[in-house]
Amino acid sequence: MAEYNRPLPAPTPETRHFWDGCREGELRLQRCTSCRESYFPPRPFCPACGSREVEVYKASGKATLYSYVINHRPRPDFGDVPHSIAVVTLEEGPRMMTNIVDCPQTPDALILDMRLEVTFEKASDEISLPKFRPAKG
Amino acid sequence: MKQKTVAVVGAAETTEMGKIPNTSQLMLHADAALNAMQDAGLTAKDIDGIATAGDSPVEVAHYLGITPTWVDGTSVGGCSFMLHVRHAAAAINEGLCNTVLITHAESGRSRVGARRFARDPASQQGQFEVPYGITNPPSMFTIPALRYMKTYGVTEEDLAHVAVVQREWASMNPRASFRDLITVDDVLNSKMIAWPFRLLMCCLVTDGGGALILTSAERARDFPQKPVYILGTGESCETPMISQMEDFTTSKAFRVSGRKAFEEAGIKHSDVDHLMIYDAFAHLPVYGLEDLGFCERGQGAAFIREGNTRPGAKLPLNTNGGGLSYMHSGMYGMYALQESVRQMRGIAPAQVPGAKISIAHGVGGMFASSGTIVFSNEAP
Repeated sequence: MAEYNRPLPAPTPETRHFWDGCREGELRLQRCTSCRESYFPPRPFCPACGSREVEVYKASGKATLYSYVINHRPRPDFGDVPHSIAVVTLEEGPRMMTNIVDCPQTPDALILDMRLEVTFEKASDEISLPKFRPAKG
Repeated sequence: MKQKTVAVVGAAETTEMGKIPNTSQLMLHADAALNAMQDAGLTAKDIDGIATAGDSPVEVAHYLGITPTWVDGTSVGGCSFMLHVRHAAAAINEGLCNTVLITHAESGRSRVGARRFARDPASQQGQFEVPYGITNPPSMFTIPALRYMKTYGVTEEDLAHVAVVQREWASMNPRASFRDLITVDDVLNSKMIAWPFRLLMCCLVTDGGGALILTSAERARDFPQKPVYILGTGESCETPMISQMEDFTTSKAFRVSGRKAFEEAGIKHSDVDHLMIYDAFAHLPVYGLEDLGFCERGQGAAFIREGNTRPGAKLPLNTNGGGLSYMHSGMYGMYALQESVRQMRGIAPAQVPGAKISIAHGVGGMFASSGTIVFSNEAP
């Protein structure tokens, strides 16, 4: 595992379930029990209708590539080669920022709308980061 | 907003621009403010309203010796000054103050007395974006572009054209940081920053500042400079996280702010003689042209590539050279406003002949916020 010397997330009471899930290998989303809207980032109310009646559930971990850049500016903590910074659309609807891993960091390998699946990268005892790789099969 | 009831009577940038290693950020505020006060024939004693962003308006007011009855510290990124103009116009109309000073300064390059930029790891961005390697605007603001390019068949060459046209304008401006003409190949051969963005598609990092002085249109006639009237204003915001933008091919904040400004001004797109769109990166003018309604969705890049925004063409855009070639100290919105005021006064280095209506449209953060001001040089 690469040494993590970069800033890591500090969970808040409202986001703790998400980061607990990542540590346990689950991508957790929230949805509204009245209007059924799924949303991200976490918050204890529905951003679509304002209801506080929301639940946490395990997402499929499936996503598609919405957009990205390949960062060429120095980031020694990400290694010495350019790396992707991407936004993916989760199967359940919400979007999240991530890195696309386990594939070449090139425009030819990173095709918009390609199918992806979540994988978790352990950064510390508390934090694992959700990353995405090309879907198998 | 009531039309033509408020005017710009003082406008100036810092004495020097570009690299100013011998001046602190606070003094850059003061330098711009003193220049604007001289332009308007005023002193600090005549100012009763103060607004700035990034730094505290308290700090700027005290440093200059201003005792305000109206204070605005709205700080939503590089378009904050558009919002200040909007809020100041409302405040003047409401009688909260008579004469407002708006300043911007940033020691963006030399970092003399400049704030340190840090994101709290417990903030939403700190938790859900920073861990993936975003460092600064070149690795954030650029992320939506690829989706736009795929949706509308826009190419890297198209983005390069934006930089090429703006350099044409900059070549006419003695104060521009970069004035040598460039080609599409020059842009496409410049250093890769964050694919698909290359160095010449990204804004400069410089030192500088600017200041504006506003008062009622009624009083404006008695000032030494030709008044520049405010016809309409708009503002909005969308999200602090680029990843949570509703649609990567269009900015909701741009659309809401732009529509409001057009409605207030009661003008049509064909009335607009001169346009400034904050260009932190080459895709921004493309989004701006579409979201403000000057082009159909997907047509903005072709509009620029076909030469419609060049010197002498039908819609002169970013006539100072823009953030790509003129200057960008961190919050460029002030320089877009300054160029609109120069164009309306008829004194711009690349003056648009006979221009009567100018729009300055700003972005804050990474498509996070927006402000739009419609100016006119025609008296009420």
